Amino acid sequence: MKAASFYARLLTYIELQRIRLRRMEMTKDLVAASATPLVLAILAEGDSYGYAIIKRVAELSGGHLQWTDGMLYPVLHRLERQGHVAAKWGAAETGRKRRYYRITKDGRTQLAVQRQQWQVVDNALRGIWMKASMA
Amino acid sequence: MTAFADRAIEDQIAQWRSYAQRHSALHGPDVDELEEHLRDQVGALTGAGLAGDEAFLVAVKRMGSLDALSREFARAHSERLWKQLVMTPGAADEQADTKRREVFVVLALVVAAALAVKVPTLFGVRLNPDGYVPPFYFRNASLFVFPLLAVYFAWKRGWNAMRALWLGLPFAAGALFANVFPWPTVAVPPPEIPDTELLTILHLPIALWLAVGVAYVGDRWFSGSGRMDFVRFSGELAIYYVLIALGGGVFTLFTITMFLAIDVNPGWLVGGWLIPCGAAGAVIVGSWLVEAKQSVIENMAPVLTRLFTPLFTLLLLTFLATMVWTGSPINVQREVLIAFDLLLVLVVGLVLYSASARDPEAPPDVFDALQLLLVVSALVVDGVALAAIAARISEFGFTPNKVAALGENLILLVNLSWTGWLYASFLRRQRSFAALEQWQVNYLPVHSAWAAIVVAIFPPLFGFR
Repeated sequence: MKAASFYARLLTYIELQRIRLRRMEMTKDLVAASATPLVLAILAEGDSYGYAIIKRVAELSGGHLQWTDGMLYPVLHRLERQGHVAAKWGAAETGRKRRYYRITKDGRTQLAVQRQQWQVVDNALRGIWMKASMA
Repeated sequence: MTAFADRAIEDQIAQWRSYAQRHSALHGPDVDELEEHLRDQVGALTGAGLAGDEAFLVAVKRMGSLDALSREFARAHSERLWKQLVMTPGAADEQADTKRREVFVVLALVVAAALAVKVPTLFGVRLNPDGYVPPFYFRNASLFVFPLLAVYFAWKRGWNAMRALWLGLPFAAGALFANVFPWPTVAVPPPEIPDTELLTILHLPIALWLAVGVAYVGDRWFSGSGRMDFVRFSGELAIYYVLIALGGGVFTLFTITMFLAIDVNPGWLVGGWLIPCGAAGAVIVGSWLVEAKQSVIENMAPVLTRLFTPLFTLLLLTFLATMVWTGSPINVQREVLIAFDLLLVLVVGLVLYSASARDPEAPPDVFDALQLLLVVSALVVDGVALAAIAARISEFGFTPNKVAALGENLILLVNLSWTGWLYASFLRRQRSFAALEQWQVNYLPVHSAWAAIVVAIFPPLFGFR
């Protein structure tokens, strides 16, 4: 292994991550609060699995919402426990097993509730920011 | 999810996996799921041009620190926390210090509990003046210990003084209702205890146990998992208490035998100190053991439920079949009502403790069907008994005992009926097991509320009979 080139590339990668983080640093609370509606909404599009969900979140947020990957799983398990999603082991294209998640009826109700709540927040912020920009 | 031709990566993944498995909050299937993710990520990164081990490093970094992850998993599965406390190596020193302080607090509380039993003696209420224990001690039995237990939990959960004072209110009320009513005392020993006084003796601990629960659960009262933890705690405490009591029995036996061998009668020591003080102190010691050594006999209550659920189901079914076969009606004696109450309590207990240890995400299995059968057969047996009892009450009128027992029976009946319904829809996969767990923990305060009503209202209502 050419150690030097490896570390150079690793440092570049870390630097890139740092720049990306500095560009828009979301507070931990906001990321945590948005996790439930995001995951539910993504599953409402169709059944999915952990890695694909993470990719979809990054895609939807233009890379601004960057979770530590592992943190998705406790969220999924909590949702499953609350009965909002159901999970089962299935086979991936490669033949290994993979855990697939599906939104339940309860989950859809919860998604609708979350959606209303976020819309209230969104409207309120929009209202005050419109006023600020006009003044 | 990809398997890699590169041996080095497979080795690294295997290493990561064994490291992850050492984190107690992560179970086998969780690690499987995370490993799949890691493989997907490595696959995507190598696809984007990174070399194998670079991709692995990046993927692991993106996964996040296993400590933090383990904590999140533990939060999502609080029932596992019960089994294995997540401890990070850095916190070990600090914990040793807290543990030592806790031992001192517990010792102080044990001594306080033991002495509390002897306090009334100072005011002339002797523990066994003529070889019997006056009803005063039975009425106040829970008040000697439960407040101290609440103090222990309030200390442990770091309650401030103001909130702790609020917690004192139910105990003060309990002390008031246990001692303010003018029950007639029959002077001839052993004293005959009036019915309503006996009801107070039996119900006050049930009502006050809820206050202990509030102290135990602290801020998490409104989260179902907090109350479920309290249910687990109560069960484990009962088991520890029985074990300690067995040991205490042996100790008492030796004390008596040895002193009698040298012609000294240790009766005053055993009856006046050893048994009452030991019984009070053992509650605190037991609670501390449950708190400190959660993992040692963690699975006792669930094991017992697994053992006895089939046996009790069999008993109930045989009983029903025999009753139908012989056609003999239930002979309603004074004790029958209480016996059927206890039967329902037992069935609720079996359901509750198997629920407390069950993985809520696991699909229904044979044991769940068996539990449903148990619940349904208990309901049928109780229905038959209730019909017989109703007939008897309409014949002979109300007594405090009957009203109290009937009230409890109805409360338990409602609990079990809904439990049965939830179990059935869980078996048909219409509902998650969490709904059943939720119902059980939400229903807990109802039992204590009824007990409080019996303690506060029944004595005057029935004229201190």
